[in-house]
Amino acid sequence: MSDQTLFANDSGAVELPRLKRSFLEPRALRNTLLTLGTWVAAIIASIPLFSVLYMLIVRGGSRLKLEVLTEFPPAGFELGGGFGNAIVGTLVMVAIAALISIPIGILAAVYLAEIDPKSRLANAARFLAKTLTGMPSILTGVFAYATVVLLTGNYSAYAGGIALAVLILPTVVLTAEEAIKMVPQIMKDAAYGMGCTRTQVIWKVVLPTGLPGILTGVMLAVARATGESAPLLFTALFSNYYLSGLNEPTASLSILIYNFSSMPFENQIELAWAASLVLVMIVLVFNIISRLFGQPRA
Amino acid sequence: MNTMTETARRTSAPPNAAASEIAIHCNLEKVFYGDFLAVRDSNVAIEKGSITGFIGPSGCGKSTVLRSLNRMNDLVMGFRFEGHVRFNGQDIYAKNVDPVVVRRYIGMVFQQPNPFSISIFDNVAFGLRLNRFRGDLDGKVETALRRAAVWDEVKDKLKNNGLSLSGGQQQRLCIARAIATDPSVLLMDEPCSALDPVATRRVEELMLGLKKNYTIALVTHNMHQAIRVADKTAFFGVDISRGGRTGYLVEMGETEQIFRDPKEELTRQYVSGEFS
Repeated sequence: MSDQTLFANDSGAVELPRLKRSFLEPRALRNTLLTLGTWVAAIIASIPLFSVLYMLIVRGGSRLKLEVLTEFPPAGFELGGGFGNAIVGTLVMVAIAALISIPIGILAAVYLAEIDPKSRLANAARFLAKTLTGMPSILTGVFAYATVVLLTGNYSAYAGGIALAVLILPTVVLTAEEAIKMVPQIMKDAAYGMGCTRTQVIWKVVLPTGLPGILTGVMLAVARATGESAPLLFTALFSNYYLSGLNEPTASLSILIYNFSSMPFENQIELAWAASLVLVMIVLVFNIISRLFGQPRA
Repeated sequence: MNTMTETARRTSAPPNAAASEIAIHCNLEKVFYGDFLAVRDSNVAIEKGSITGFIGPSGCGKSTVLRSLNRMNDLVMGFRFEGHVRFNGQDIYAKNVDPVVVRRYIGMVFQQPNPFSISIFDNVAFGLRLNRFRGDLDGKVETALRRAAVWDEVKDKLKNNGLSLSGGQQQRLCIARAIATDPSVLLMDEPCSALDPVATRRVEELMLGLKKNYTIALVTHNMHQAIRVADKTAFFGVDISRGGRTGYLVEMGETEQIFRDPKEELTRQYVSGEFS
């Protein structure tokens, strides 16, 4: 701004300021460069995501036909085949995980947020949950192996489901707690003022109002569980057939991808790509559902 | 555990009756939040069928006293008091009294409009369903919305979420919700302070209309509102002589008398605007 004065010069006359923008002056240059920089960073960050999606669609899409979704995994030199049983296995085990972790997680969150937020139990539980969200997923597999598999004597969908439940439970607890804390105090005051007991305030006002947030957290946790492989390695193992009961080794998409992608057969590798695409689509569906329910109603 | 009996709640005593019935007799000698003495020596009688206004500068304890009338202060940690609060002659803080039941007889409207995140109909029906009302729910909801002067604006959108209304409409919805169960007494804690002047006027008219059927205790920071609406006025002051800010009842009487001819000097100063 050295050429422009806003103040009177010696003779008392005020020079009119030059208002035109200059791209060469240092502040404007810095501004432009940094803006460009953030742009470039965003693009670079998106490249892995888009390239993965691109590869999945191109290499998996070509193999994606109806029979792939229903047939059994092919053996070594076989052609054709599919992974219908893996899809069912994944969905079943994720359902078990959800059935276990959602009720426990929400009720624990109610305790942490409403019942006694400052108690020693609450503080300990919160700390543990925060620590365990970062737990290596293989450890939940080890835990489920040591408890369920050794106890029942066989690999099973139960064990896989429980491993997944243990994996996502901390996340469900923490996101549900946040969602419940977001319910405004004045709304709870209104419920108390109407003569609700604390239980009624929770069931009739807090949980219904916090439901969108809770569901978002739950869906994201479930989406994560769908894609995990380590917890299933020595709990559900694998199977080449549809499961006829929950107490037997079960196929899953993640394990199938893991197995097939290391085989030296073109057929299996193609199927691994197709399975990856299907897995991503399932995760996408869960994310869309979570967004749909995550809209607060107002 | 219910020792409350439902007495005739809507006897509106004619204004010049020699002995009006007292709905709530509140004698708060000392009110503490933890170690902090919030209110002292406040003896207030809420008459049936009238509007009693609580006025005073900020921090004078008027909201504390109001919330003590329906045990809402139970929710505040460290709350305790010496004295008694009697509703229709019964001590509401007695050992075997359930605060939940007390609040079903003494309703409350808050400063911030706070409808639940459910439909307008469900908001008003909330208290009725809570009390297992078996009868014409639609009729009760409509009556409440009419009395709250908001029926015409919402009758075509009863299924819409309560939060989709404007601030003034939300507050009238909250009033409808509070009166739907025909509480004996309605406590209103600065119900207009979050509203614009037009909405405020509508709520004030609504209060005057409600007087026929309900007893109202109103906290307001707006003296003119008290003049317009209250039959009796209680003026609270702040006592800083002991170090902290402790509220206390300075004077209570007919609104006309408090504003035209106050007995206490402090009252005179406040109503003439010398401090606020």
